[in-house]
Amino acid sequence: MRDLLPRRLGTEHWLALVILALAAFWSLMTPWFLTLPNAVDILETWSVTTILALGVFVVLVAGGIDISFAATASVAQYAAASAAANAGWPAMAAISLGLGVGVLLGLLNAALIYHLRIASIIVTIATQSVYFALLMWWTGGKLIPVLPDWWSDRIVFAQGQAADGSLIRITLPIVAAAACALATWLLMNWTAAGRQLYCMGGNPEAARRVGIGIARMHYLAYGFLGFMAGLAGLVQAHRVGQAVPNAMVGQELGVLAAAVLGGASLNGGVGSVGGVLLGLLMLAILQNGLNLLGWSSYFFPVVIGLVILISTSITGLASRPGRRRARITGAAHG
Amino acid sequence: MLLPIEGKDSRMQPFLRFDTVSKRFGGVTALDRVDWDVRSGEVHCLVGENGCGKSTMIKLAAGVHDAEPGSVIAIDGAARDGLTPAAAKSLGVQVIFQDLSLFPNLSVAENIAIGEVLGPLARPVPWGRMRRIAGEALARLGLALPLDASVASLPIASRQIVAIARGIAAKARLLFMDEPTASLTRSEVKRLMGIVARLKAEGLAVVFVSHRLEEIMEVADRVTVMRDGRKVGTWPIGELDIRRIGELMTGLVIDTGVTANDRSAAPPVLEVRGLTRRGEYEDVSFQIRKGEIVGLTGLLGAGRTELALSLFGMTAPDSGSIALDGRRLALGSNGQAMRAGIGYVPEDRLRLGLDMRQSVRANLTATVLRRLAGRFGILNPEAVRQTARHWIGRLRIKVPGVDAPIDQLSGGNQQRVVIAKWLATQPRLLILDSPTVGVDIGNKQSIYEIVRGLAEAGVAILMISDEIAEVYFNADRVLHMREGRIVGAYNPRQDAEHTIAEAVHA
Repeated sequence: MRDLLPRRLGTEHWLALVILALAAFWSLMTPWFLTLPNAVDILETWSVTTILALGVFVVLVAGGIDISFAATASVAQYAAASAAANAGWPAMAAISLGLGVGVLLGLLNAALIYHLRIASIIVTIATQSVYFALLMWWTGGKLIPVLPDWWSDRIVFAQGQAADGSLIRITLPIVAAAACALATWLLMNWTAAGRQLYCMGGNPEAARRVGIGIARMHYLAYGFLGFMAGLAGLVQAHRVGQAVPNAMVGQELGVLAAAVLGGASLNGGVGSVGGVLLGLLMLAILQNGLNLLGWSSYFFPVVIGLVILISTSITGLASRPGRRRARITGAAHG
Repeated sequence: MLLPIEGKDSRMQPFLRFDTVSKRFGGVTALDRVDWDVRSGEVHCLVGENGCGKSTMIKLAAGVHDAEPGSVIAIDGAARDGLTPAAAKSLGVQVIFQDLSLFPNLSVAENIAIGEVLGPLARPVPWGRMRRIAGEALARLGLALPLDASVASLPIASRQIVAIARGIAAKARLLFMDEPTASLTRSEVKRLMGIVARLKAEGLAVVFVSHRLEEIMEVADRVTVMRDGRKVGTWPIGELDIRRIGELMTGLVIDTGVTANDRSAAPPVLEVRGLTRRGEYEDVSFQIRKGEIVGLTGLLGAGRTELALSLFGMTAPDSGSIALDGRRLALGSNGQAMRAGIGYVPEDRLRLGLDMRQSVRANLTATVLRRLAGRFGILNPEAVRQTARHWIGRLRIKVPGVDAPIDQLSGGNQQRVVIAKWLATQPRLLILDSPTVGVDIGNKQSIYEIVRGLAEAGVAILMISDEIAEVYFNADRVLHMREGRIVGAYNPRQDAEHTIAEAVHA
């Protein structure tokens, strides 16, 4: 019976369709949209958000949520920047410091959530406030205007020319985001750790009963997000060439939107890396199209909010058709 | 394919043996010096009322709890002190919990072969091997399921098979099944019984916990009856019948006789004519008279609950009429149905009928807040309390106090709260959907008494159940529904129980 019915489209399929439609619409509205330089520009612009969204995705799968990642990224960025620019640390040491601070703050979140048994949203709202306020208080809000050359110099992995003669560069942020996507995909789909995270997100009690270590799953998920936040902080500073304490805070909503749009559930246990990337792509081309049409950037958050509402109501409506009907006809045949 | 069961002799040896096993929680003795054994290749049923110690026995054997000093738990021929869950599993003790403990977000294959992704975090995921393991486990059960389907998309009966297959894939030699049939239809139960027989033939020991005594008669080789943490005894199934098991469980002699009355002289309360909702039920006509209990039975999916939902205003019929006390009703919502005098106790009472985080008082009075509100819609707290106390007393609900959280009550008392909540609306017609699912035998009897008392007081009652005995012994008339139609009407004073059973299962 079930097999005779047309199979319901998954979140990813819907997204891909909407993205295609959007892309077609934009390219009619503005010819620049469907060009290679614009595509590469979108990738570069969204690289930092991508790295953050992949980390958030892992926490969402594990059944948690994290609001503090942008604050974590800012703290990690500033720690590495002041070590490199003010104390003259060498590259490897400063990078390690940034990533280490990110991981540490993530682990602290995990410890609070697991050991104090407080809901992750409450813990991370609190730590978001604490991490960020401590940073602002400590630095007095002052930026570090100049980073060492090894950090701020453009690193180009490949380049070419588009038909109109403009330069196309595959830069470090793009490669870093791609590497993060690959690493997250490997972690979640090809290691026991990833599958155990899906288990815990799907049914925590059952996960405990089959012997999955709930504590270490928490440390893994929030530690991973901390690492990604640290990395995102470093990449963001690389892109703008300076470390600004409040440059990243405020991004939380967009990042969460991308993950949820891509099929990750706030109830945990579901979602895929592919879905998250599609969610990001959707937001990215929406924003890009609006930019090209000359809409004010103040308008974009309106779009983000509407997109979340529309996409979640579509998935909500799609998952409750007449089950009763199916049951009685099924019983009549079986 | 078979597990290495050492020759025929091992079947004589018990696989699991309890020797004076006790367990205390705080000051409460949950299990008191129990001797017990389970043999390989037998189906052993464990019965008793809620709180009799069955779950404690399962948890002790599975290493979840530690027994008191002086207790001996032997598995596979050797005493196992300080048994841990991991050790019990490695000895082949697998528990299928009532909630199944599956991962709804993951595929069938992954759920069955979950053992392949436990342990070290860096372990690579052997997707191919997991599918093979899952396929083999299902093949041993003689069943096929789509390996890549998510468990959330499967019906409950298939999920249960996934849980059993997971036990098989983990090399079970002793399988505990806690209330495996609680949410299955008759034909699904039959299939499950087939699986149990197959496991038994392969030499597994199966311990089967169920409240449905007919199933126990069907499947068991031996039965152990527990009461108040003590073992009443173990008997081969041939020495017992349902009535005897019930008596042993409760310590009471249970009076099961037909209670049907003739209400044909009473005025009709509910009159349903030609009611149809396409795809759910068709051309349904019947009456319920004042003080009459009408039983509605049939297989799950016959449209019984769907009909009840329409009578309660939750779904709109396509055609036909519903009249209450001679007045025709056009029900647009359940609120209208309640105001018209209809109450509905849903099947999934604990999920749909109670707010587990709230107090007894709040749950009891949730249906009558409008009446208890004074001017300006402000609740009168004293009236709320009095109403709650009234119903607690009337249904003899055991509660620490009206403000106690509902989740501190035993299952049987929670059931009574749900019923009381609907009685508080003082309905003319009360619809009870499967009123005793998951209720043990002692509490069942008291629910039946409550229902009969209501009927005596003049309430018309529609009792929906797929337990034929339940409607046969408690209703005044029995209607049989099949594929959305009412296909038979029976009178327990004239027709035999097996006549109805044969019609329903034909």
